[in-house]
Amino acid sequence: MSVVSDFLALIFLSAGVLFMLLAAIGLLRMPDTYLRSQVSTLAPTLGKIGILLAVAATFETGHVVSKALLIVVFLFVTAPVAAHLILRAAYHDRSPLDPSTVRDDYKSSRKDC
Amino acid sequence: MMNFSALLTQVSAAGLGILAVALVLSFVRLRKGPTLADRVLALDLMTTILMGMFGVYAIYSRQEVFVDVTIVLALIAFVSTVVYAKHIDRDAARHDEREGVEP
Repeated sequence: MSVVSDFLALIFLSAGVLFMLLAAIGLLRMPDTYLRSQVSTLAPTLGKIGILLAVAATFETGHVVSKALLIVVFLFVTAPVAAHLILRAAYHDRSPLDPSTVRDDYKSSRKDC
Repeated sequence: MMNFSALLTQVSAAGLGILAVALVLSFVRLRKGPTLADRVLALDLMTTILMGMFGVYAIYSRQEVFVDVTIVLALIAFVSTVVYAKHIDRDAARHDEREGVEP
C-alpha cells in the first residue's frame, strides 16, 4: 500500500462521491423527464468510475483491479442502452416536455412506431 | 512523506454520509415523480448510489469481498430498468389503443 496509490485513491474517491451527489441533486432539480434522465445517467456513470478506480488503487491486487475494470466496461455498455430504452418508453407514454423546449425531432416517429 | 492511509479511511467514512444524503434526495424524486418513468429513473439512481456505497465501504473496511456485490447490483439495475421500460411501453400502447389514438 504505497503513498502514491493511496493519494490517487483519495482523489478518485472524492470526485466519484461528489459526482454521485450532483446526480441526485440534478434528478431533483431538473424540469422534465428527459433532462432528469440525462443527469441521472451521465453523472453517476462518472461517479461510479471514480469510485471503482479508487477501489482499484486502494487494493492494488490483480484480481480486484481486473474486476473493477470489468465493471467499468460493463457500465459503459449498459448505461446508454438503459437510458435510451427508458426514454423511448417515456416518450411513447407521452411524458410532457418542458414548456421551454424548442424543437422535438422525434415527433415524426409517432405514426410508424 | 505523509501517510494517506488513515486519511483515506476518514474520507471514505465521510463519503458514505454524502452518498446517504444522495440516496435520500433521489428517494424524494421517487416519492414525487409525476410519471412512472421518473420513478424508474429514481430507482435506477438509488441502485447506482447503493453500488457506490458498497465500493466506498470496501475501501473503508479494506475488505475486497464487497467489490463482488457491486457487480451483482450493476447487473440487477440494468435488467430491472430494461424490464420497466418494456412495461411502460406496452402500457402506453394499450392505452393508445383503448383511446383510439393513432399510435
